[in-house]
Amino acid sequence: MSASGLRSGHHPPPVVTGLGVVAPTGIGVRRHWESVLAGKSGLGRITRFDPSRYPVQVAGEIPGFDAGRLVPGRLVPQTDRFTHVALIAAEAALDDARAEPRSLPEYEMAVVTASSSGGTEFGQHEMERLYQKGSSWVSAYQSIAWFYAATTGQVSIRHGMRGPCGVLCCEQAGGLEALAQSRRLLNSGSRLVLSGGTDASLCPYGLVAQMATGNLSTEDDPARAYKPFDVAASGQVPGEGGAFLVVESAASARERGVGHYGTLLGHAAGFDPPPGSGRPPVLASVIRQALANAEVGPEEVDVVFADASGVPAHDLAEARAITEVFGPGGVPVTAPKTLTGRLYAGGAALDTVTALLALTSGVVPHTAGLERQAPGCDLALVRDRPRRTDPRVAVVLARGHGGFTSALVAGRGDRTDIGQ
Amino acid sequence: MAKFTVDDFTRILRTGAGVDQQTNLDDERAADTSLVDLGYDSLAVLELTSRIEREYDIAIPDGDLAHTLTPREAATYVASRIAEVQV
Amino acid sequence: MSRRAVITGVGVVAPGGVGHDAYWDLLTAGRTATRAISLFDASGFRSRVAAECDFDPLAAGLSPQEVRRMDRAAQFAVVAAREAIEDSGLELSSADPGRVGVSIGSAVGCTMGLEDEYAVISDGGRDWLVDHTYGVPHLYGYMVPSTLAVEVAWQAGAEGPVALISTGCTSGLDAIGHGVQLIEEGGADIVLAGATDAPLSPITSACFDAIKATTPDNDDPAHASRPFDGRRNGFVLGEGSAVMVLEEAEAARRRGASVYAEILGFAGRSNAFHMTGLKPDGREMAEAIRVALDRARLDPDDIDYINAHGSGTKQNDRHETAAFKRSLGERAYRVPVSSIKSMIGHSLGAIGSLEVAACALALRHQVVPPTANLSVSDPECDLDYVPRDAREHRMERVLTVGSGFGGFQTAMALGRPRTQREVA
Repeated sequence: MSASGLRSGHHPPPVVTGLGVVAPTGIGVRRHWESVLAGKSGLGRITRFDPSRYPVQVAGEIPGFDAGRLVPGRLVPQTDRFTHVALIAAEAALDDARAEPRSLPEYEMAVVTASSSGGTEFGQHEMERLYQKGSSWVSAYQSIAWFYAATTGQVSIRHGMRGPCGVLCCEQAGGLEALAQSRRLLNSGSRLVLSGGTDASLCPYGLVAQMATGNLSTEDDPARAYKPFDVAASGQVPGEGGAFLVVESAASARERGVGHYGTLLGHAAGFDPPPGSGRPPVLASVIRQALANAEVGPEEVDVVFADASGVPAHDLAEARAITEVFGPGGVPVTAPKTLTGRLYAGGAALDTVTALLALTSGVVPHTAGLERQAPGCDLALVRDRPRRTDPRVAVVLARGHGGFTSALVAGRGDRTDIGQ
Repeated sequence: MAKFTVDDFTRILRTGAGVDQQTNLDDERAADTSLVDLGYDSLAVLELTSRIEREYDIAIPDGDLAHTLTPREAATYVASRIAEVQV
Repeated sequence: MSRRAVITGVGVVAPGGVGHDAYWDLLTAGRTATRAISLFDASGFRSRVAAECDFDPLAAGLSPQEVRRMDRAAQFAVVAAREAIEDSGLELSSADPGRVGVSIGSAVGCTMGLEDEYAVISDGGRDWLVDHTYGVPHLYGYMVPSTLAVEVAWQAGAEGPVALISTGCTSGLDAIGHGVQLIEEGGADIVLAGATDAPLSPITSACFDAIKATTPDNDDPAHASRPFDGRRNGFVLGEGSAVMVLEEAEAARRRGASVYAEILGFAGRSNAFHMTGLKPDGREMAEAIRVALDRARLDPDDIDYINAHGSGTKQNDRHETAAFKRSLGERAYRVPVSSIKSMIGHSLGAIGSLEVAACALALRHQVVPPTANLSVSDPECDLDYVPRDAREHRMERVLTVGSGFGGFQTAMALGRPRTQREVA
């Protein structure tokens, strides 16, 4: 055993036994999957505040998410919306996995989440009170609601999971990094990890901060605002929500007698060189490393879930990397996230859920809303409608602001009770 | 005597610290159940202490309101602090 | 042979000085760097003392554009990373960038930048619908704490795995632990690992005021942080950063690197009890210690020094003392324990990295830094806390622990480099 508890020898790939989704495509895995297959978009004009004064007015909001109705009453005032969303998604994932934490060894269960911007809306409210009324007006809950670890802490407490919990902040790549960390924990003595990510920074300060990157789309028509890889690509659309996954050692799932949506076969992460360095981006190399880690050849990959930035230069770089590894048009590529917008810490967690649903149901979902591929993006994009191609291996890509780059390889599971 | 009743306390508790679905703060017995048994922790008590201090413009010394008190005991204590200020 | 991680470079920005030499001088002199807050107007706040860094970013080597772009926490981390790289003697420009990783911890990220810019775009809190036309180009970089890891990655030319770890006040230990994982699993050969926080701003101070976690004793700032002392009544906020160069041990040996310490074992546990509260029994921290020692293949008697979390709150110091007794048995009474927070305050997520740096320096110099301001005994804190004066002490292996909001408990064991241990 090593300092980090990594056990030597072969580790069978971990399995995903439960899913929970709270996203612009709906609350619940089934509703999300139905929206994805129907190409039903969750993008619209922002309703959580009046966006009239801002050049960006379209976002992906969670339909009908009423924290007061869904979240335990005492947790509502003490946590931010990103934690509200997470509490619901985490509980749903445990239910879906038929996992009862109280009956499992407390130190062998952990919570590992991704967070990108923490409790932004809660924080804006408290800073407003501080600046308008004074320091004694700041809530006692600010200390536990605003910080990036709020969700992991609350979920760990709620479900009595006392293992090595964690929080990774890698912007949009965080969801994959949380899954990679879950895999490490399963190789070092944990048996079940509740992993995922959420973000919910659709408040004025959150939106204005996101606008500062210059990457958000200023298109007012929700149907035209987020068109990655398309000639009409105009940038990204922000969204809120995310997903949780129960990641379990194969032995633990077998022992509990539960099926699974798929296996986490491999992962790799890298980081782009700084702007102006003249060095190439790392995505192609990261995909190759992830495939090597999974012991899967490029020809065995049946679908790639793209990061699909929507910023033309990012799209072009991603398309080139995919083409470099898989050949021109060599693999079906899709990006159902056009229905949700970019969910930051929730984005790659939700993409992984969607990829596992595709593997489970044998259907590759399409990328809704695309018309004509941008020049230079030489991809076999899945457009217009889902395809029943019986995929066995999926690759999920994620790129986070600043250079974070991750790839995850997932294989098909044995659960059959979801889909269509 | 200053006006600060169990209902005032319950109102501040409800908005400041929330109520779980299974807890009925309007139940007569709730007023005589300790805050900790109603599900409120030390942070909740800090939050509602500072809300009471601001709303009634009084100072409550550290530790005087504890989560071992019942809403009725807490309300009686707050009423006495308000009365001291008015004297 | 399995891969192991060693520390070959240490960089520090801490209250009391920039650079690991100044840091070690302060710690071994038992000097305190706590003082009345000068970074903002703290009048009206309950707690008005802090351990501040005297930090001039230009003098520390940052360019004007770097200063404009980076939040104070990023500035600390970049300066610490540069020192660590130089200290390690590595020529990173000749390393394979894909084999260089970064793991930086932070509890509150770029909170100063976030708050300063909020004050502007909300016009002093007046407008809920903040004015985007006053937003600075780096505003998003302040909202996402991952920026701190990005800046360090750019310094190191890292193209391997990069992460920002944010587990509250155990972020520093957890980030270094994450770096060790990356080396052990083969994802990287070199990792810049550490943590940074610069939380001395109104919003962070106000949130600790609101839960009465920080000390209200403002009259004698130099003696305000009193871990394990009977008069302790809250922690003193601090700021700073430490970044370490972690290398795969065999590669470090081959290049003849000067090794501070090897990371022998670490483990994290969560109490799943309360976001801020601790049960007095120290059960989950004890479990983290037990597992860390098991992974390090050590017995309690092998531990020669404990660098405590020792925040100076009533509940922490009691909780932690119980955890040491629970995990180490009789050894807890015979091993020196100290809290450097008595001197440099509690810099939230950064403190774990500063404590690992202190352990690395303690192993190198064979000196235990003291617990300053400790003079009144507390029956619940009855171990040897090395009061006031540093102590020369033979150390082969040391333990450091952290405890934080969210219920996180982390323990890490470090040892002198193997060659020195074998000779000894």
